[in-house]
Amino acid sequence: MSADKTIIGVTIAVVLLACANFFIADWIRQIGLLSMAIGSVALGLLVLWRTGLISFGHALFYGFSAYGVALLNYLGVRDAFVLVIVSAAASGLLAWGLGFLVRRYRAIFFALLTMAFSMILYGVLAKTERFGSTDGLNVHPPTFLGYAPVDQAAQITLFLFGLLVIYGLILGVQIYLRSVLGQMTTAVRENEIRVEYLGYSVEHVIHIKYVISGLLAGFGGAIMALAVGQVDPESMAYWTASGEFVFVAILAGTGNVAAPFIGAVAFEVIRHFAWEHGANLWQLIMGGTLLAIIMFVPDGIWSVLQRLVGKKDGVK
Amino acid sequence: MAQASTTLGLMFILTKLTVVSTMYLLFIQEDKNMKHRVLRLVAVGVAAVLTTFGVAVGNAVAKDKMVIAVPTFLTGGGAPAFGVPARNGTELIIQAINKGQVPAPYNTKGIAGAQVEAIIYDESGGGAKQVTEYRNKVQKLGVDMFAGFVSSGTCAAITPVAEELKTLTVYATCGTPRVFEELDKNPKYVFRTMSHATADGVALAHYVASKYPSANGYTGINQNYAWGQDSWRDFDLAMKVLAPNIKGSDKGQWPKIFAGRYGAEISALLKSPEDLVHTSFWGGDLEAFIFQGLARGLFKKKTFLMSVAGTAAYRLGKKLPAGIVLGSRGPYGIYANQLTDTPMVKWFNNAYVNRYGTQPTQPSYQYAQAILGAKFAYEKAAAANSGKWPSTDQVIAALEGATFQGVATEVRMARSNGHQGVTDHAWGVASFDKELGLPVVSEVMHFKGDCIMPPDGMDSVTWLKGGMKGAKCD
Repeated sequence: MSADKTIIGVTIAVVLLACANFFIADWIRQIGLLSMAIGSVALGLLVLWRTGLISFGHALFYGFSAYGVALLNYLGVRDAFVLVIVSAAASGLLAWGLGFLVRRYRAIFFALLTMAFSMILYGVLAKTERFGSTDGLNVHPPTFLGYAPVDQAAQITLFLFGLLVIYGLILGVQIYLRSVLGQMTTAVRENEIRVEYLGYSVEHVIHIKYVISGLLAGFGGAIMALAVGQVDPESMAYWTASGEFVFVAILAGTGNVAAPFIGAVAFEVIRHFAWEHGANLWQLIMGGTLLAIIMFVPDGIWSVLQRLVGKKDGVK
Repeated sequence: MAQASTTLGLMFILTKLTVVSTMYLLFIQEDKNMKHRVLRLVAVGVAAVLTTFGVAVGNAVAKDKMVIAVPTFLTGGGAPAFGVPARNGTELIIQAINKGQVPAPYNTKGIAGAQVEAIIYDESGGGAKQVTEYRNKVQKLGVDMFAGFVSSGTCAAITPVAEELKTLTVYATCGTPRVFEELDKNPKYVFRTMSHATADGVALAHYVASKYPSANGYTGINQNYAWGQDSWRDFDLAMKVLAPNIKGSDKGQWPKIFAGRYGAEISALLKSPEDLVHTSFWGGDLEAFIFQGLARGLFKKKTFLMSVAGTAAYRLGKKLPAGIVLGSRGPYGIYANQLTDTPMVKWFNNAYVNRYGTQPTQPSYQYAQAILGAKFAYEKAAAANSGKWPSTDQVIAALEGATFQGVATEVRMARSNGHQGVTDHAWGVASFDKELGLPVVSEVMHFKGDCIMPPDGMDSVTWLKGGMKGAKCD
């Protein structure tokens, strides 16, 4: 019943945004695109978070996929669908491989191990001249199944494309979380031993989550690469990027699959204005916001929205 | 830009009011009434619309005033060595331009009659974030042009976006030759008003060839990222051409950027047989390396060739190791302060020291140079446009291939279809003058731009590998 509500809500929102896309100012569209990218990664964190796992290394999949887009571009692939799907799939594959190791760890060990892997990627990218070293690589404007828009039309089309991808991701995650495997999530967090007694493998459950999560982060990275037109190790693979995703996840709360995107929009808007009005202070403003969120709204923006419409029953 | 800043202020207040009222509605007023809940939602909606509207007002930019966006490092590792001197130089020159205090030929008020507002913003956070900020400045604030950028990485990221958004962008400092050799071979909107980084390595190789002909070899310590890799490559290739008898080591040290501790590298350098050590370290890394090297007598044993030590000279003062070969990426900073006595440099140096209590360094000069380039181009274009405010295309036509006077040196826009500047260079040996209380340079050699920059249409690396044909050194 509530799954339907979420899907209906998201569908309406996507349709409204698709229409608004044609009227909004360019810089607002850009914020939207960035929010889609960061929101996808935060959605990946949400999938893990519901099991009580926090990854401090999602920049690994995000950066891997963003560089995937840039390198495919370099090989002459220009189609957005191919770029995004292949790059995200590569990230998913990477997550599958690493999953065999990280699924054995929990809590801080899990967080630090994921961070270590992401810093390996950063090191490799920053030291390889072929990949542009710290300067990074440019990404050409993509084509969409043969359609090659320019200037403003390119951004408008990319926004629609982004919405389509995000819509697919949200539906997919919602269906997954409603499935038996997905519902195992909370069970694993509460009592791993009982889950094992029920006949499920905890490591298997976590491994699948990790792959889904990596895949989502991969989609985020690919969208970011196309939206910005540039990939570089500092923005894409450094641990501070991972920190931003955790920031967004905390800001958003884990109450609903749409929450990460709302959190991402809030994050981008705050950063936008902080950067503009506090040239020397923007980091302080960001940090202050995070502190305020943790102190006053520990369940994130989603819990505030729930209060607004009168629901008192917090995060499920 | 009084009007824009008022609207900006208004926007900010609106935003704040919105946040406060939303907070009030959410947290202070507890109410179970359904009607009130709906009201609250409506209020939040209105607030959101207001915020967006308040922001949209910021788009209006008056025509008789111009806005230049000036990116530089205001936070992070690049701030002390580059960002702060660059910002200071910008503030100084803009204020002087508005008051008509810059010496001739720039002694008219404003730029083509318009008062100038500089929006100085932070360049940190990596290429992707900078692209977003660039878009914001163009699409939201409607700035007339950009002048600045320190990092090669940012320039590499910004170049295609500047062309896409058709916005005049003058790079002040960033060094990578890739900008016009690889990323943007037919530039229209992007300019750079100083020689690129290849000139640093080539000029240094000339200096070494004439001052240290009997050196037994050179090694290097460079940060393992694009700037360090490129600096070493250019110097190494130029040495192979200009001083083939001095052999380069292939055991150079490559610590990672912002490493901060160099114990192992210093040990390796002390044990290495070569007399000369090349480094392109800058900022905190350079200062940390110098302190740690001093403690172990490194600078007494080796002659260091430091390509950007000019940024640290005044900060280090007495601690600056005597005898290092010091570069400032051109005749800027210490070279201009000490050796150039044109009215322009005298004025700039005096005004800077009076205002900030410290000597201007290379980024101060380079940023001021880029902004003077803009003043030159706008005024030339306005004159050709019978005194009316010129279009961007007219400004571009005025700057392409032109020659203008920077603060410390003449700038000839003579490469890459007239978009890449060619400027002279200077290298010398640093020491600390106790009477002056300042670091000074001696044994200075000057190099002409055409001697150290590849000829027009030629790729840097190809030029270096092919024996630097076409260089005009006399």
